[in-house]
Amino acid sequence: MSAASSLPLDALFGEYPLDAAFDEMRAPAGEVRSHYRALAETLAGLPPDELQRRKQSADLSFLTQGITFTVYGRDEGTERIFPYDLLPRLITAAEWERVERGLTQRITALNLFLRDVYSEARILDDKVVPRELVYSCKHYRRQMRGLQVPRNVYIAVVGSDLLRLNSGEFVVLEDNLRVPSGVSYMLTNRRVMKRTFPQLFSSYGVRPIEHYPQLLLATLRSLAPEGQLEPNIVLLTPGVFNSAYFEHTYLARQMGIDLVEGRDLVTHDNIVYMRTTDGLKRVDVIYRRVDDDFSDPLVFRADSSLGCAGLFNAYRAGNVTVTNAFGTGLADDKAVYAYVPKMIKYYLDEDPILNNVETFLLSDELERKHVLANLDKLVVKAVGESGGYGMLIGPHSTEAQRAEFARAIEANPRNYIAQPTLAFSRAPCLIDNHLEPRHVDLRPYILFGDKVNIVPGGLTRVALEKGSLVVNSSQGGGSKDTWVLE
Amino acid sequence: MLSRVADSLYWMSRYLERAENTVRQLDVTMGLMLDTGGASEIERWQRLVNALGKPAGLEWNGSLEAMAHRLIFDNLNHAAVTFCVNGARENARQVREEISTEQWQRLNRLYHQIHSPQAETQFSASIGDALASIIDGIHLFKGVSNTTMIHGHGFQFMRLGRYLERAYATATLLEVYQPVLFHPQEREHEGYQYLELVGLLRCCTSFEAYCQVYTADVSSARILEFLLLNGDFPHAIRYCIDSIRDVIDSIQRTGGRRPPAELISGIGRLHAMLDFTTIGEILHGDTSEFLHNIREQCLRIHELIYRYYVHYSIQSALAS
Repeated sequence: MSAASSLPLDALFGEYPLDAAFDEMRAPAGEVRSHYRALAETLAGLPPDELQRRKQSADLSFLTQGITFTVYGRDEGTERIFPYDLLPRLITAAEWERVERGLTQRITALNLFLRDVYSEARILDDKVVPRELVYSCKHYRRQMRGLQVPRNVYIAVVGSDLLRLNSGEFVVLEDNLRVPSGVSYMLTNRRVMKRTFPQLFSSYGVRPIEHYPQLLLATLRSLAPEGQLEPNIVLLTPGVFNSAYFEHTYLARQMGIDLVEGRDLVTHDNIVYMRTTDGLKRVDVIYRRVDDDFSDPLVFRADSSLGCAGLFNAYRAGNVTVTNAFGTGLADDKAVYAYVPKMIKYYLDEDPILNNVETFLLSDELERKHVLANLDKLVVKAVGESGGYGMLIGPHSTEAQRAEFARAIEANPRNYIAQPTLAFSRAPCLIDNHLEPRHVDLRPYILFGDKVNIVPGGLTRVALEKGSLVVNSSQGGGSKDTWVLE
Repeated sequence: MLSRVADSLYWMSRYLERAENTVRQLDVTMGLMLDTGGASEIERWQRLVNALGKPAGLEWNGSLEAMAHRLIFDNLNHAAVTFCVNGARENARQVREEISTEQWQRLNRLYHQIHSPQAETQFSASIGDALASIIDGIHLFKGVSNTTMIHGHGFQFMRLGRYLERAYATATLLEVYQPVLFHPQEREHEGYQYLELVGLLRCCTSFEAYCQVYTADVSSARILEFLLLNGDFPHAIRYCIDSIRDVIDSIQRTGGRRPPAELISGIGRLHAMLDFTTIGEILHGDTSEFLHNIREQCLRIHELIYRYYVHYSIQSALAS
């Protein structure tokens, strides 16, 4: 730590091991990266207990704002605050510029892919993406074939997960094209951080993100059925028992739109109405936070009471916009993911700006053999799952777990993919009274209406447990505010 | 406003009003039991249970403390305070985006307070203090509701819930107190009758208001007149019905639809009945019947409101 000794940082860093993984704050030799210097100096300049004090005041702020999620299992259901880390993650303007261009390119291509697959399916005829891969995907919806989607936008709201590799390069780990969540934490993190480090915030010149709800509303409005100048826009939630219910109420309030449940909606003559105290009111745009399967019992799962019977026919008739469209999960299938670079080339004739993580498709016999022989070094994932479920992390697994996955792979190879275990980047977190590195990813939120809009930054998710690689909030992950610098 | 949301706000408010009413009546009953010269404990307890609408599971077992505990903390009893507070919070949780953060926090705090182990400790130390702190919590909620929520449709549905519950509960209470008011038992000291009458007023938190209007000269006829026909006191039935009419007017003004004639005339009839009747006429006729009639009409108004604003049929809504 020779270069760091110019600052009184040793006490702050405590045990802060550096290894092959990219550290967001420190270069391999140990010195603090230039854009993190002001943060390091501020932290080092604080009295010993000041960080803890600010942490407590931030905790209180989360609690009183009601930014909590419910922990089930006890009969009363205790509410906890969403875990977060006090230190911001910094991204330079140049880094962000590349991420933004890369995501715009990627989302444009994915949207063209969805449109193509659900209409002419040229990409399948040209054998760029294997036909059987698409038609065997459990999120493929044949009901969407030949359906005209407003403005040809299938994926209006996207959250893609990025990682930073040892080289410092950002790569895409997965795209969430169904109902990505977490944006409310991005917004509330920022509010609390502004209060916790006001001077630091203003001295850094951080690009704002607070207009996200307004952008989302504008995006939804731009997708309204033709001729609806003052569309009635609603947010459809599964209800109070959904783990993201806080986010649904938060966004509805921030946008000033009604938060509806399936039981509030009725359809008549292919028009969707909501039941109000003033009679039935026509609904024009639905921002859907309910999965495909549960959206319409007449078309999808018949046993669902969360959706609205007749919704799909109204959608097909063009009387209501539902976004994201149905069947978009096809394009975030983890096996289809492997083909995204080829899609970008095929539709846009460009090279991908953001690369994929190397992915082995287990339906290919050669690749499957390789994976089965190296299960202890790889990460295996079920293609249709999210939230960190259905995953085997090779180096952290037991013999029995590997044997179980090997059996599952042999039984249904199409259902799994494998990727190398990535040493993705780490950022400093406040642990007790000093800094320790923890693995982080980045989930920017992309809005696609008239054009692609990305608020600078997004949600940095942290694996708060030491050494852990899992950042999902359902499995001990937390979050950080993300500052994109001017 | 969404019908489901209106429904939740209505019940959130109605449950809290019910909890407050229960706590107040329990408090008064326990106070009266201290004077052993009047009615017996079991008579008084039965009167309380009747005034709360005869909920099951509250048969007198000889221990006032045990009975009070059940009436406050028994989650499964529909008349219990915890049951009502749980109901209010559950409704609030489902319309979190419609109510203010302050409202949510106050209600949440009341909920956690009443379910905490400290609530039991406080109860065994002093039942009176425990009751007072519950009432405080409810008052705080009502206060921030007034000052932090938009006074739009949602607020009006909260008022509906509160005043319908209050009118109904007060009519029930007066019906139960009929024998006490007009057929006092022969007793050695008239002081006991005074205590009973003041107790009735206290059940409606109206003793001081009564004194301002009539002085401390308490008489059965005047109490009945005050709690039935006063237009300025928020716990009097006439005031409640005035407010309900006002709410429907206000919803109609800001909404697009005209309420059905049935609802307007239903409220109007009850309103006129209280507006154009004197206490002499009521006492001269069948008072019990009069009070019973008020309750019936309250139920009918609730039903009409539901049929028109909340559970209307799609056919009727499309036709209009």
